[in-house]
Amino acid sequence: MNKVTDISSLRDPAFTAAVQADSGQDVTTCYQCGNCTAGCPASFAYDRQVSQIMRGVQLGLKDEVLNTRSIWMCLSCSTCSLRCPNNIDVAAVMETLRHMARKEGRVTVPKVEKFWFSFLDTVRVFGRTYEIGTMALYMLRSLRIFTDLDLAPEALKKRKLGLIPHAIPRQDVPDDGARAVGRIMQRYRQRALREGVRP
Amino acid sequence: MSVVSFAYYPGCSAKGSSADYERSTRTVCGLLDICLEELPGWNCCGSTPAHAVDTELSAALCVRNLDIAAQCGAKTVLTPCPSCLSNLRHAGRRMATPEFRARVNELLDAPAAETLPEVTSVMQGIARQYDKAALTARVKKPLTGLRLGAYYGCLMSRPADLMDFGDPENPTLMEEMLTACGAEVVDFPLKTSCCGASFGIPERPMTARNSAKILDLAVNMGLDALVVACPLCQMNLDLRQKQAAKSAGTTFDLPVPYFTQLLGLALGAPTDQLGLDKLCVSLDGLLKKAEGGQQCG
Repeated sequence: MNKVTDISSLRDPAFTAAVQADSGQDVTTCYQCGNCTAGCPASFAYDRQVSQIMRGVQLGLKDEVLNTRSIWMCLSCSTCSLRCPNNIDVAAVMETLRHMARKEGRVTVPKVEKFWFSFLDTVRVFGRTYEIGTMALYMLRSLRIFTDLDLAPEALKKRKLGLIPHAIPRQDVPDDGARAVGRIMQRYRQRALREGVRP
Repeated sequence: MSVVSFAYYPGCSAKGSSADYERSTRTVCGLLDICLEELPGWNCCGSTPAHAVDTELSAALCVRNLDIAAQCGAKTVLTPCPSCLSNLRHAGRRMATPEFRARVNELLDAPAAETLPEVTSVMQGIARQYDKAALTARVKKPLTGLRLGAYYGCLMSRPADLMDFGDPENPTLMEEMLTACGAEVVDFPLKTSCCGASFGIPERPMTARNSAKILDLAVNMGLDALVVACPLCQMNLDLRQKQAAKSAGTTFDLPVPYFTQLLGLALGAPTDQLGLDKLCVSLDGLLKKAEGGQQCG
């Protein structure tokens, strides 16, 4: 007798609808050709391939999809979107899933998010990225203090990384430059908390 | 040709890891009578981290810049960085949706201008002013004898409808420019493959493996250099070249200059105005070969 797995209890149609609404993509047209997976440069690091994730979204398998490592390892290169025969912007679906997972506090690969936060922290303070600051904050956050230490001699010799942060010059604009950027990020954070999601 | 002016958004890496891209961009535009007017008080576009966290946050960071440009009366903003370009263009397009605009305006000090300027790449900005023949007419030191490949990365041509850069898997603008400068430019099949982007720090195998594939092909095709237009691609393929080689169990010694650096050489700019000393894999061998080619030619 054939063995059948009943997944009906795992299906959440509201999840499918939410992904469709947020990404603006009609995921129902995916017919599993696998083009997205074939072209994905990050596939070797995925626990579920992108075409499997698309199927999971169609079926409403929310936990299965939002708990993957794949949505964090996606490079946002859009090769999948470009090669989809049904013109689904698959990269937009992946980004929507990342947003949904983040907002619920499901972060399967924390080091990736720690890198983003380290980057954004420097933008909040200086209004512009500060590369060495991003590295230092990331090392602290992730406790990976040897990250890219092998690059330090070359990077310093060539002065690839500015030692001094390049903040927005305050006199250049009436809104005080870096502080205006800080205010944007503060408003974003307050609104997210007000709306009950993780900023 | 008379001088034309564009508003200019350098992007953060111009002040750090891609200072050589910035230097050579300004030198080349100067030689081509293209005046770059840096946006006063510009801020980071948020890059991948902002859009990965939230679309509206990313747009707000971008729109502050577009709004400054609008207030300066700019119609077109040039930027050298494909990632900045992608983010600024996405933001500009999304602002056409009233609900989205309202959500972004909530994050800004004041609502953004109704009409925001278009943004384009420095490469397309130059191409608008100079077709192939016009560029060749400006060449003082042709890149004769050099065998080059053009590498665009992911973002320059994708998404196709937004970036307006020709065939999204086979753009050819950089090839046309380098050919106009006298180089032999071969068709590089991985020209729009991903180098591993910003994963170099949190997940090294992602960049090492993807960059190694690109470098390996370039070396096997006998290229003298792989020419790029993106600060992050350049860092992954040049500064991180040894990491890529290690992951592939080999060694590479391939120069990865910016297209502006080679354009500058062809236009006769002094090498110290092109930031060549910032390249980890030196261009010295290539420069000698180009000189040899000129003598023979």
